Amino acid sequence: MNPADPLLSVRDLEVVFSSRGRADVRAVDGVSFDVRAGQVMALVGESGSGKSVTSLAVTGLLPARGVRVGGQALLRGRDLLAMGHRELEGLRGREVAMVFQDPMTSLNPVIPVGLQITEVLRRHTGASRASAKERAVELLGRVGIPDPRRRVGEYPHQLSGGMRQRVMIAVALACDPALLIADEPTTALDVTIQAQVIELLASLVREQDTAMLLITHDLGVVAGVCDEVTVMYSGRVVERAGRRELFARPRHRYTSGLLASVPRLDGDRSARLVPIPGTPRDVVPWSRACAFAPRCPAADSACASGHLALVDDGPAHVHRCVHPADEPPAAPSATPETAPTTAPTTTTGAPS
Amino acid sequence: MIRFVVRRLLLVVPVLAGLVLLLFAWTRALPGDPARALLGQRATPSGIAAINELYGFDRPLLVQLGIYVRQLATGNLGTSGFTGEPVVDSFVSRFPATIELGLSALVFAVVVGVPLGYFAARRNGRWLDSLTVGGSLLGVVIPVFFLAYLLKIVFAQWLGWLPTDGRQDVRINATHVTDFYVLDGLLTGELDAALNALKHLVLPALALGTIPLAIIVRITRASVIEVLGDDFVRTARAKGLAQRTIRVRHVMRNALLPVITTIGLQTGLLLSGAVLTESVFAINGIGSYLFTAISQLDYAVLQGYILFIALTYALVNLVVDVLYGVIDPRVRLS
Amino acid sequence: MSATAPPPASGSRGADDAGDAAAGLADGALDRLGGQPRDEAAGPGRWAALGAGGIDDEPGTSLVRGALRRLRRDPTAILGAVLVTLFVLVALAAPLIAGYQPGRALPGSGITPSSVPGPSEAHPLGLDPSGVDLLTQLVYGARQSLVIGVVSTVIGLFFGMVLGTLAGAFGGWVDTVVMRVVDILLSIPSLLLAVSIAAVAGQSGTSVMIAIGVAQIPIFARLLRGSMLAERGADYVLAATSLGLRHRTVVMSHLLPNSLGPVIVQATLVLGTAIIEVAALSYLGLGAANPATAEWGRMLVRAQPRLASDPWLAIAPGVCIAITALGFTLLGESLRQALDPKGRR
Repeated sequence: MNPADPLLSVRDLEVVFSSRGRADVRAVDGVSFDVRAGQVMALVGESGSGKSVTSLAVTGLLPARGVRVGGQALLRGRDLLAMGHRELEGLRGREVAMVFQDPMTSLNPVIPVGLQITEVLRRHTGASRASAKERAVELLGRVGIPDPRRRVGEYPHQLSGGMRQRVMIAVALACDPALLIADEPTTALDVTIQAQVIELLASLVREQDTAMLLITHDLGVVAGVCDEVTVMYSGRVVERAGRRELFARPRHRYTSGLLASVPRLDGDRSARLVPIPGTPRDVVPWSRACAFAPRCPAADSACASGHLALVDDGPAHVHRCVHPADEPPAAPSATPETAPTTAPTTTTGAPS
Repeated sequence: MIRFVVRRLLLVVPVLAGLVLLLFAWTRALPGDPARALLGQRATPSGIAAINELYGFDRPLLVQLGIYVRQLATGNLGTSGFTGEPVVDSFVSRFPATIELGLSALVFAVVVGVPLGYFAARRNGRWLDSLTVGGSLLGVVIPVFFLAYLLKIVFAQWLGWLPTDGRQDVRINATHVTDFYVLDGLLTGELDAALNALKHLVLPALALGTIPLAIIVRITRASVIEVLGDDFVRTARAKGLAQRTIRVRHVMRNALLPVITTIGLQTGLLLSGAVLTESVFAINGIGSYLFTAISQLDYAVLQGYILFIALTYALVNLVVDVLYGVIDPRVRLS
Repeated sequence: MSATAPPPASGSRGADDAGDAAAGLADGALDRLGGQPRDEAAGPGRWAALGAGGIDDEPGTSLVRGALRRLRRDPTAILGAVLVTLFVLVALAAPLIAGYQPGRALPGSGITPSSVPGPSEAHPLGLDPSGVDLLTQLVYGARQSLVIGVVSTVIGLFFGMVLGTLAGAFGGWVDTVVMRVVDILLSIPSLLLAVSIAAVAGQSGTSVMIAIGVAQIPIFARLLRGSMLAERGADYVLAATSLGLRHRTVVMSHLLPNSLGPVIVQATLVLGTAIIEVAALSYLGLGAANPATAEWGRMLVRAQPRLASDPWLAIAPGVCIAITALGFTLLGESLRQALDPKGRR
């Protein structure tokens, strides 16, 4: 395998929920992106944008009934979506690990945290009970839990939220996965803890050359750690660029709106925050038009018609906007830098 | 853990004390002269005088209560107004039959109910699920004694597959050590006796176990559906664990918690259902004893029985709570 | 942080019918409190609702209206409602449907100890062992069952609500005392509790109704108190309190109405199960003194000895009991689901 090739390559991913007597819901619509070893790809969007569904579809964790998944998710060239149950089970936890949003509910309340770590090890590495336990202690230490030897025997309810999320990270890292998917890993945590957890994740990724897909709605989280950002809206990719490029020169109106609505410490204090009007419920139901149009200040008839494909706009920068934003919104530095990422291999985001 | 058990035991004390008070008040509230009520059909002037002497019915209430409590403390639950036997003696000699029946019914309900509830939950919304839910509803709406009769008529009388009544064929001259007939047969090596006793148990256990079965199925199903939607099950799947590990360690271990509590609550149902079932199948346990007592208005027996059930119930639920604490660390440590 | 510890599977919590077992389930659900899912990535159980999200969460829809709408879509609820409606109609129109007087033997009916005449033109379902038209008995039995169900439910509901409100609204020692009494009553199986009460109330059909109703009081009290305690910590109650509303106002106009859900469900279930309990009490020899009373439980018990020779005599009232109880149970269960805010299962 060529080291320049992406570790995970998602192509034209489609997820449709169907239930009897109701119209189908297309939660993910032709999403493509790449994640490279040693790098962090952020998937950003509001609730309902399909970002979490994307991650669950890639790992085969969506329920089998009432869900149709299309497209490809190639991990080192092997399609996860075409894989059998057994094969996928063998990969999950070993090659692909996940950290979920809510550490309060994501750990089993009735078994000790140590066992929740060792069970992955024993399943995938065939480690003995004793060596798995040693490794669990070591992992807990590595994710910054004090007195890991004692903590190993404790139950989730005896740990604080931040500690539990650290345990979740230890579980995810147990088998040295090639890809780590973190689904809103800080949303349920106190603000002070959030930075610590993100810092921890980032350092672990860099130390081990792991690839990370970071799913979040929080641009603040993204700004700190990621290399590349993919912005989703209503199940579609609306913009992708390197981190610096995106923050400096957002092109899609949704992205620029998101950035304008985030308070900045280093910006002009007198500038008003600009909220995005409307709610994500104002969706154009799955037409090929721009789903953001109903909330967009620059929308006109061109946005509501036609087939909007992702367009190239500068190096490694794609978006799907008819009237891209021009002015960088109160950027700290006037000179937009190009993101230090390799060029994405795809510019097509339309469903097949 | 010991502190948990002790604290839990202390909680039983006020309930039992209250119950004693309540039962005391109840005998006084019975229509007519309490001595006459307790004696029932055996009431003769000399009998009434003797009872008045014994319980002090002609003395102040507080004294009467004292007498009642003192009797209970010495293990005296009263005397049958009909046979004149001490209630305790009748209970002790008949209890094995009832325990045997109750346990069989419970085992049937749990062994069938928990897996059925689990699979119904896994197939939530499909035909197996609908069938299970429908069946469990039917199980609750048929009067126990009617079900018992139907089973007896169909499987014992018409089809002749199983014996109609009793605990063991009288022609089998079995040795009885513990008075649990199946166990006795196994202990003494009289396997045909054990098998015969087992056959006698099938229909009564089915009849008595149906309602607990229906309840356990529904609780298990609802609980498993709930747990299957929990985040930690998704975590377990994201770890790539084997299906069996997910099912046993993650789903069932959590889903069984409400089921265990439910099983404890079934004790009362089993002990009162035994009154109906034992009388239909002519099983000589405390249930049929109470059935006779009720039809003869033998309140002394009813009074003793209620206290007896409450005590059993409290003990069983204590065991259940401890078991719950073993499985769920959150209870143990709080 | 601290995870909400579940209430220990407390003291002699009791009662032995489906309804209360389900209450135990509700406790179980509370046990596993934890955060609600915050994003679209909920568990599989909630996926089904994803498509419905936009429909069910319309702003400004009250819980009751939402519940009603969910009920109308639920086939279980519809079946339950149909059975219950049918039952009530038959009960109300009994004199119109029945061709004869209930409980009165017809002269020259040909009843002998060993045989009962089967269906004929004059008697579509034949006669019962007392020589009364069976259809007439069944139809009037519906009326009797309705009375039993309503009377015992009203008794249980009223006193249970008074006790539950006292305990739930005041807390403290009132709560302790009330709940201890309730615990004591719950440690007696409801059938035996009913037997004991019937023993005090005397031998009559009315006393049986009272007994069954009284035996339900602790269950209602416990349910209401539990749901009031759960609601008491809710934000809207805190809001009402912080606005300076009087305690009584908060309890009567906020706490009580919002806590009624489980109680209504239980009342629906009791309407059905009371009939089964009456049958059991009849079997134990308690209840109406007149053997020919048009009451399903009594009919079932009386027909039992003839089950092998004339199974129809027992099966007819047995089926009536089962169907009626089933109707109320289905209705109650779907109500429970419809009122469950997390519901939609």
